[in-house]
Amino acid sequence: MIYDVLVVGCGVVGAACAYSLSRYDLRVGILEASNDVANGTTKANSAIVHAGYDPLPGTAMAKFNVLGNAMMPDLCRRLDVPFSGCGSLVLSLAPEDDAELQKLYAQGEANGVPGQRLLSAAETLALEPNVNPDVRSALYAPSGGIVNPWELCYAMAETAVRNGADLHLESPVTAIEKSEAGYRLTTPKGVFEARFVLNCAGVAADRIAAMIGDESFRIQPTKGEYFLLDKSEGKRVGRVIFQCPTKAGKGVLVAPTVHGNLIVGPDAAPCAPEDTANTPAGMAYVRTSALRSVPSINFRENIRNFAGVRANSDHPDFILGESRAAKGFFHLAGIRSPGLTAAPALGEEAVRWLREAGLALTEKANFRDGRRRIRFHELSDEEKNELIRQDPRYGRVICRCETVTEGEIVAALHTPIPPTTVNGVKRRVGAGMGRCQGGFCGPRVQEIIARELGMDQTEVLMDWPGTWVLCGETKGGASHDEG
Amino acid sequence: MTKAELVIIGGGPAGLAAALSAWESGVKDILILERDRQAGGILNQCIHNGFGLHYFKEELTGPEYAGRFIEMLRGTDVRVRTDTMVLDLTADRILHTVSPEHGYEAIRAGAIVLAMGCRERTRGAISIPGARCSGVFTAGAAQRFLNIEGYMVGKRVVILGSGDIGLIMARRMTLEGAKVLACVELMPYSGGLNRNIVQCLNDFDIPLYLSHTVTDVRGKDRLEQVTVSKVDENRRPIPGTEMVFDCDTLLLSVGLLPENELSRQAGVEIDPRTNGPRVWENCETSIPGVFACGNVLHVHDLVDYVTAESMRAGEAAAKFIQAGGETGDGVELQNGDGVGYTVPQHFRRDVSDKLQIFFRVRRIYRDAFISVYDGERRIARFKREHMAPGEMENITIPAMFLKHITGGPLTVRIEED
Amino acid sequence: MKELICITCPKGCHLKVDEETFAVTGNSCPRGAVYGANELRNPVRVVTSTVVLESESFRRLPVKTDRAIPKAKMFEVMAEIAKVRVHAPVRVGDVLIANVAGTDGNVVATRSVKE
Repeated sequence: MIYDVLVVGCGVVGAACAYSLSRYDLRVGILEASNDVANGTTKANSAIVHAGYDPLPGTAMAKFNVLGNAMMPDLCRRLDVPFSGCGSLVLSLAPEDDAELQKLYAQGEANGVPGQRLLSAAETLALEPNVNPDVRSALYAPSGGIVNPWELCYAMAETAVRNGADLHLESPVTAIEKSEAGYRLTTPKGVFEARFVLNCAGVAADRIAAMIGDESFRIQPTKGEYFLLDKSEGKRVGRVIFQCPTKAGKGVLVAPTVHGNLIVGPDAAPCAPEDTANTPAGMAYVRTSALRSVPSINFRENIRNFAGVRANSDHPDFILGESRAAKGFFHLAGIRSPGLTAAPALGEEAVRWLREAGLALTEKANFRDGRRRIRFHELSDEEKNELIRQDPRYGRVICRCETVTEGEIVAALHTPIPPTTVNGVKRRVGAGMGRCQGGFCGPRVQEIIARELGMDQTEVLMDWPGTWVLCGETKGGASHDEG
Repeated sequence: MTKAELVIIGGGPAGLAAALSAWESGVKDILILERDRQAGGILNQCIHNGFGLHYFKEELTGPEYAGRFIEMLRGTDVRVRTDTMVLDLTADRILHTVSPEHGYEAIRAGAIVLAMGCRERTRGAISIPGARCSGVFTAGAAQRFLNIEGYMVGKRVVILGSGDIGLIMARRMTLEGAKVLACVELMPYSGGLNRNIVQCLNDFDIPLYLSHTVTDVRGKDRLEQVTVSKVDENRRPIPGTEMVFDCDTLLLSVGLLPENELSRQAGVEIDPRTNGPRVWENCETSIPGVFACGNVLHVHDLVDYVTAESMRAGEAAAKFIQAGGETGDGVELQNGDGVGYTVPQHFRRDVSDKLQIFFRVRRIYRDAFISVYDGERRIARFKREHMAPGEMENITIPAMFLKHITGGPLTVRIEED
Repeated sequence: MKELICITCPKGCHLKVDEETFAVTGNSCPRGAVYGANELRNPVRVVTSTVVLESESFRRLPVKTDRAIPKAKMFEVMAEIAKVRVHAPVRVGDVLIANVAGTDGNVVATRSVKE
């Protein structure tokens, strides 16, 4: 079979492309290197829906940021993705910041950011009493917000798959050759052919481009480190709190998450593509910087550190459009902040490119948009009771910190893109995301995965390939060497 | 709404003992709510021996200790509802519960005993740097895999923290065929019992590195190496002292935290020193009719003490149900030099016959005194040959000593002379 | 001289025991002398572990030796324990291996499992 379109990479950008394409009568394939979607930058970032005053006017970043921002509330409602249009503030904390705020404001106006305004110190503190009392002024953008980035990716990818797209996991592309129809892509799981290719490979996008002889850009993986604090700190701020960008970077943000935690980060340091290690220096920098914005953050309530790798590139803007070296081969590359916000708009843009390139687009008569998932803890008492009557597994709380039931875990394991790992389940339903970090529920989640998917418990991984959890049974039970 | 005279949240050693003593004190309508599939709590996975020397005057394993209480409760009408989670608790003693069998259910309780236990501090809580690979477990999670489920979490192990769970796991993993390379402790002394140092580390030639910590974790997928560094007196790593261990597993035994989310929801006042409720001498919290005992109140090192404390809580809950709340003037207790906290945090001056105070010292002491002061006046003094932060201390002050105190706070402090 | 930490009380005296005469120094009480000498003459330990359990509810059954067995035989005892498979029901105290590894100790269940 020859696909009409192959999407390489299923982070939030690839998922957005697949989602936009799945409305049409097309054969769409998705090749994902990892064993789950959303497993790169999408699972480890600030989770911010940017308003759009940061990018320089006239750039693709500016355009798709503002477009994506406008799409986000409705998209998240339709796909049942946690989103909050909580707004954002950029603080001026020093005299030199004042001019920077003015500049951001002017950029926002040029980019078409709705409703933004400059606040006095008093107005800022009235909105956010916990920010630094020495704050001088702030840029308020009511269209800023927060989203669950991996759930957005799951929702879009699941909808694509439910509407006929083929997802191939653990299929890193190792070679690409021109074929009569278009391109042939080699992976360990087989060779796939397509008329058109969308390169959404994140930190690997330059390596994918190089496979067709396109060396017009280089990805410069850049690590950002984070703290995720317990829900006891989740109300420290009500909006996304930024500092003024400096030469050193965009600065550290402090924000609530859609789960009710507090996220603090990131720094920015060049790194290897897969380097997600936390460093003492990075963590110290993030902590110190964040306390400048919000002095009262209690870091003793930290529940997790993590690091994400952004696909920065040697271009100042997103790298979008058809490769000059290869007709029918399109890049969505160098997608760093505000990439998450821009993603839904980039998916629509990719559809436009393909139409212009000659792909016939007929809307599916039976396109099934929308998605719902049960979040037990959000239900009313009556709804809880009714649900448990129908399926008693919803009455068994597995994750006590986040109140996630066995029913929700089982449901996730039978979605169009079932997770096969402990962290895959964690990101789907929140089990293990809380203050004990899976200390209590981890073994039970592992047991449920094995039972539902017919695996041996020792085969269930923590996350990406190679992240084994158990090395065998005691007492001469089945034991296999992990090699 | 369903009603119960006494609801006990948690069916571990604390909840079981509280139920038994409330029953023996005459309460007949007692309901234990347990989130796990069986009663017994963490004791079910503590299959090693050493429990019960104080209470049963013999050495039992964890399951045996729990089993004895479960057996004793069989002779009563105490109901144990397993697989049941309390989602919410209100100050007027209404519990919102959920279970596969009973669905969502609100229960109004005449009195409540909080006995939810504690959880382990995680990698995030101490911000260990390094890779996000698999192979980093809390010791308790690894213990559950090993002892309940029958799985090995790894073959070459480094343990951070010398708390008892970490030490016990060093022996268990070794006996099951793993190689334990090191036990690493940030403090200059171990947080575990001497017996466990000897029988879990020394017996198997496992080195204990005091004043050391893990400063890096490496591994692309699964853990491959940890770096251990010596720390200075401010617990900061000293560059140049790094040791690298090739291992596939890092177990964390870096402290326990009382699980008081429900208590907080209800508005129970929490003591930041213990992370547990502020209680009176009868284990009553700031909400009348709500009592707390066991590791949810403060982290214990001996289950026997949990049992004794919970017996007092159960008895007090029974008294509350039968005779109403206690009244009387309160006297605050505060921790002075060398003392980390006290439980109870305050007491009623007309305490019946004696006042027992539990606490932990901040460092190791030899031949020191525990003194209790009423302002400048010392009202009691107790000699101790040895005290360590890893071992909970307690003193008992006879009621007659409390007759003539001024009413200001009493201070418990350590004196060396 | 063999160096030991005394475990008879929380003080944890550092003992020195003569390997030939079993004379103990460093102890601060007579119990320490007895402990030190015994640890060299005939050190014994209770072994606790699990055995494979055939049951609806559990995969493993906790067990222990019902008396302290010679320390040198711990791994031999573990090897014997690894061979056992138990079918529920089982009661706490049930003997699963009698006279394990010739130690006079029995391996017994430390938990009851009905089914």
